[in-house]
Amino acid sequence: MYEHNGEKYFVMDGHLHFWDASPANWVKGQEQYAKGWIECFHAYQGLGPPDTHWPIEKFQKYSEEDFVKDVFEDGHVDVGLFLPTYLKQWYTEGFNTAERNARMAEKYPDKLIVNGRWDPRDGEAGLKQLEEDAKRYGLQGVKLYTAEWHNGSRGWKLTDPESQFFLEKCQELGIKNIHVHKGPTIWPLDKDAFDVSDVDHVATNFPELNFIVEHVGLPRIEDFCFMATQEPNVYAGLAVVIGGLMHARPRFFAKVMGELLFWVGEDKMLFASDYAIWEPKWQVEGFVDWTYPADEAYSDYPALDVAGKKKIMGLNAAKLYGVEVPPELRLPDEAGTPAAREDAQLVEGSA
Amino acid sequence: MTIRSRVLEALGTVYDPELDEPITSLRFVTSCDVSADGDVHVRLRLPTPQCAPNFAYLMAVDARNAVRRLPEVRGVKVVLEDHYTGDEINAAVGRGEAFAQAFPGETEGELDALRDLFRRKALVARLSRLCEALLAGGATPEEVTALRVADLPEDADGRRCIELREQLAIPAEDDAPAFVLPDGAPIAAADLRLWLRKARLMRTSLEVNGGICRSLLRIRYDLADTKEVAA
Repeated sequence: MYEHNGEKYFVMDGHLHFWDASPANWVKGQEQYAKGWIECFHAYQGLGPPDTHWPIEKFQKYSEEDFVKDVFEDGHVDVGLFLPTYLKQWYTEGFNTAERNARMAEKYPDKLIVNGRWDPRDGEAGLKQLEEDAKRYGLQGVKLYTAEWHNGSRGWKLTDPESQFFLEKCQELGIKNIHVHKGPTIWPLDKDAFDVSDVDHVATNFPELNFIVEHVGLPRIEDFCFMATQEPNVYAGLAVVIGGLMHARPRFFAKVMGELLFWVGEDKMLFASDYAIWEPKWQVEGFVDWTYPADEAYSDYPALDVAGKKKIMGLNAAKLYGVEVPPELRLPDEAGTPAAREDAQLVEGSA
Repeated sequence: MTIRSRVLEALGTVYDPELDEPITSLRFVTSCDVSADGDVHVRLRLPTPQCAPNFAYLMAVDARNAVRRLPEVRGVKVVLEDHYTGDEINAAVGRGEAFAQAFPGETEGELDALRDLFRRKALVARLSRLCEALLAGGATPEEVTALRVADLPEDADGRRCIELREQLAIPAEDDAPAFVLPDGAPIAAADLRLWLRKARLMRTSLEVNGGICRSLLRIRYDLADTKEVAA
C-alpha cells in the first residue's frame, strides 16, 4: 500500500523476476548469449535514476533479502506477479523459472503469485508440463516469450498451429491470463518480430482469455494500440514504459501515457516494475505523483485522476487475478470484483 | 573533400529502417577507415546485442552498397560488431548475399515487404508533423488536404517525404496530393482529424523507440549524453 496526499493506493506489481544470471548458470558454449542478455537488461536499468543502479555482479544474481526489501518493504508492493523467462538454451537452470519463483512465493503466499509458461515447440511434452505446473502452482496465468531460441529455432507466433492446443489447454485448466512478451526474433526471420497481429487473432478466437501485452507492445505501441481498441480482452502491461521512460525521457513518457489513455483506457492498463531491472519504489512514487507537462502538446490527451491511478496501480490487476482488495483501498463505486470480460464488454459497448 | 568525408556522407544516406533516421546521427557508425588505396572499412554498432537481425542486416547491406557506389572507393568491408547474429550477417554482407542466405531455413522471403511496411510508417509519421504545424498555424483541414507535393516545406521532413514516396511508388510529382494514407490514397478533409490521431501515434512510436535506442547505445558504449528530441 502506498499513501500519498491522503489517498491510499493498493499496489499490484504485474511483472516481477527472481533470476539467476550469474556465470555459474551460463551454458557452456552459450556464454556470449547469457552474458549479453543480462548486460542488455543491466543497460536498461541505466534508464532509471542513478541512485537505483546496481553493480553488474549484484544484478546478475540478487538475494531473497534484496527482493523482499526492494519489493515489499521499500517498494510499496502489496501483491506481485512472477512472470518467468526460461531461456534454458543459455542458462543451465533457466534464467527465471516458475520453479525458482515458486520457492520464494511459498514463503510469501499472500503476496506473490506464480505464473507459468509454455512454448508451442515443446509439443505434447509441453502440454503435459503445463498441466503439471497448473496443478503444482495453481496457475491463473502464463507468460509467453515469443523470441526464445530453441533447438535452432529463433521464435514462434501465437497463431502457429501448435499454439492453439496450448491456448485450449489454458482455457481448460482455468489459466485465463496470457501475458505476451514479444522479442526481437521470430520464425520466419524476415517478418517483423514485434508484430502483435497474432495476439489480435487469438484474442478474437479465445474471448474467455485475457491477453496482457507486456511492455505495451514496445517497440510497436502503434500496432498494439490499434489492436487493443478492437479487442475487449487485451490489456496493456506498463513494464518498461514507466521504468524506461518516466525518468530517462519524461516527455516521451507523457506522450506514451497520453496515447495509451486515449486508445486503451485506464481500465485496461496495469502497473508493472519489471524488477529487478528497476526497483518498484521510485516507479510507484513517481507514477502516483505524475502529471502531464504544462505544455500545449499534451492538451488533448485524456486526464488521469486519482481514481484512474488507483486502477492502474493495482485494482485492474486485482480483478484479473481475483485478488481481494481491502475495502478501504477500493474505489467507492466498486461493488465486489466483477469478471474482467464483462467489464470489457461494457467498455466496448460504450465505444 | 577527402574520400573519408565522402564515405561518411554516403553513410549519412543510410537510414535505420525501423526509426527512419540516418545511422550516422544515431551514432551506429563506430568507425570508418580509408586506406591510401581506397579500401574502406566501416564498423557498425547497435544499442543491444539482440537488436532484430532483419533490420541489422538491412543497415549493414545498405551501408555497404552506399559506399560501393562511390567511384573513388576500391573495396568495402562493413562489419557489424557485438551482435548475436553478427557472424551470419557479416558473412552474408561480405559476400554480397541476400538475407535468406545469411539465415538458411529461417526465412520465407526477402526483406522487401518489411522495408516497405516501415517506409509507410515513416512517411505517415513525417506527414503528421507537417500537418500539425499547418493546423497550429491556422490552416483548416480543407486547406491542408488541398495541398500538393510542391507545397511541402523545403525542410528535412518535406524532403524525406518525397524520398519515401519515390521509394514506395506513391506519386511524388509536384501536383500530387501532399497528405496521404499509408497506402498512398489522398485524405479527405473530413477524415483529417482521425488520420492525424493515428499518424501522431505512429510518430510518437518512432520517436520513443529512437529515444530508447539512443539511451541504450549511450549506456552500452559509455558515450556522452545527447539532448532529448521530443517534439
